[in-house]
Amino acid sequence: MAHYDPPKQGKASQLIDVVVLVVLTVGALFVPLWLGMAGAAKSVATPVENPTWEALGQTPAQAAKYEALGYDPASAHDLILARFDYSFSFGALLTMIAVILLYYFLILRFSEVEYREVISEKFGDK
Amino acid sequence: MTDVDITSKTMDGMGPHGTKVGLLRVLGPAHVWALGVGIVLVGEYMGWNFAVGKGGAYAALIACWFAGILYTCVAMIDSEVTSTVASAGGQYTQAKHIVGPLMAFNVGLYLVFAYTMLEAANAITAGYLFSVVATMSGHEAALDQRPFIILVIMFLAWLNYRGVLATLTFNLVITAIAFVAILVLFLATSGVVGGGIMEHAALFEGHEMPYGWIGVLAAMHFGLWYYLGIEGTTQAAEEVRSPARALPFGTLAGIMTLLIAATLTWYVCSGALPWEFLGDGVNGSVAPLFDTARLSGSNALIWLLGIGTLFATLASANGCINDASRAWFAMGRDKYLPGWFGAVHPKYRTPYRAIVFLVPIALIFALGAPLDQVITFSILSGLLGYTFMPLNIIMFRKKWPLNSIKRGYEHPFHPLPAITLLTLCAVTFFAVFLGYGTQLVAMIGFYIVVSLWFHFWRYRFVNRGAQFTMPWPKPQGY
Repeated sequence: MAHYDPPKQGKASQLIDVVVLVVLTVGALFVPLWLGMAGAAKSVATPVENPTWEALGQTPAQAAKYEALGYDPASAHDLILARFDYSFSFGALLTMIAVILLYYFLILRFSEVEYREVISEKFGDK
Repeated sequence: MTDVDITSKTMDGMGPHGTKVGLLRVLGPAHVWALGVGIVLVGEYMGWNFAVGKGGAYAALIACWFAGILYTCVAMIDSEVTSTVASAGGQYTQAKHIVGPLMAFNVGLYLVFAYTMLEAANAITAGYLFSVVATMSGHEAALDQRPFIILVIMFLAWLNYRGVLATLTFNLVITAIAFVAILVLFLATSGVVGGGIMEHAALFEGHEMPYGWIGVLAAMHFGLWYYLGIEGTTQAAEEVRSPARALPFGTLAGIMTLLIAATLTWYVCSGALPWEFLGDGVNGSVAPLFDTARLSGSNALIWLLGIGTLFATLASANGCINDASRAWFAMGRDKYLPGWFGAVHPKYRTPYRAIVFLVPIALIFALGAPLDQVITFSILSGLLGYTFMPLNIIMFRKKWPLNSIKRGYEHPFHPLPAITLLTLCAVTFFAVFLGYGTQLVAMIGFYIVVSLWFHFWRYRFVNRGAQFTMPWPKPQGY
């Protein structure tokens, strides 16, 4: 393979590249948060009115620990009853699997093309 | 063949990139241990307990051990490749030589984001700790945690800017203190020395498996947090005096230390704190070892675990800045990122531009996102990196079989660790999907977009053959 001489990148172009990466990075975390789509979907399915330790499903030993930590049944209500909802559709699961496989296929395929160029330039063709 | 001496004291070990102002080779195996354990030990002080919230206490223990198997595979594989590819950038440089440039670019970003998010999580925890101490010492109004978060990140970045030896020596001392604090808490509360406060049976009664077996799977998500970052030992490859010996020794000693610390941590916390409180790291137990000490009734333990938590967060954030900046620096040096980042400080011999640049990124996440979201993004970047490792070792052994190049360490039972690691990674992807599926898709969407950006735009600025800097023969099959 002929030796490849990369173009010299100007300062403005370098700056734009950095800005693009930072925007994409911050967006990956904050866009789901801003759109309210972030996970941790813990919620209280069945609230208890006038909660007691017994109504919250706590034994005396467990209740004693909560009291030692400074809680009473009312303040511990959400903490104790909030649960994740692990129900999911197979469509969503298949989408996730497809996205992960697509991602690895993409990077392995493109990497192989680039790697052959590297090896060819470094060691020469067969 | 490239003229490279990975133990040179005057060159930076990167062949064509080598300059007289390379990174200093001053670290020993203890520093490698401190770098690995220092980053990770904070995982025992905070964050792991979200695994209890996702599946209950038993699920968190099972996740702890399965994650331990996952990381043992990581350490075995990493030790073999790193003892051969001893260069700053760690897995990034491995990917560049073994899989290809785009994979390397992705791995570099995994490292930077896993560590920068972990650094942000540490700063959040340190801020929380300062607010608790203020409350305990009589401060009535809620303390604004933001100045402490900023101070922690700025101070540690400054320390990293000044030099690696002082930074990692500082880590060695505070990591050792934080580890001893866990041992002391275990001895004092488990009944081994004096009266214990453990009530596992009473606290688990009626709540053994609150989500059933799917909760055990879901708990693997945060089970990784017990150990996440141990692979960072490889980042010091260009700064250790004897890479082939110090890196495998420091990494494997580190994983053993963490397996012990993780199990002790689960034991004391789950025996003292109710699972719903323990499992909610945002509204419940932000710092579970510290909370366990509070329930012990001993002021000495409260102070010790408070200091231990603070030291663990500082050691971790310190190591994260060290590792993230090395990966960013290495990518800049190869022009995967603007070459401006590939500079070494003429006096302190540190990658100072990368260190400074990553400070505001860490601050954005530390000040703007909840702890569990920050941790999830760190875990996801780590998980993508662990999924790369089995592919990496399989290709490494195929392209350079055992007798073709000299390895500092050869891991046994190949390909069993690679297959085990790949299987556990698949389970963990499913665990993240349970409850945090949106972040998973958003994160992978991000990596797909930046991969296309790299392949179709950025890669034009990269030298082709000069990326391959190891003194190895041509890979088989090319």
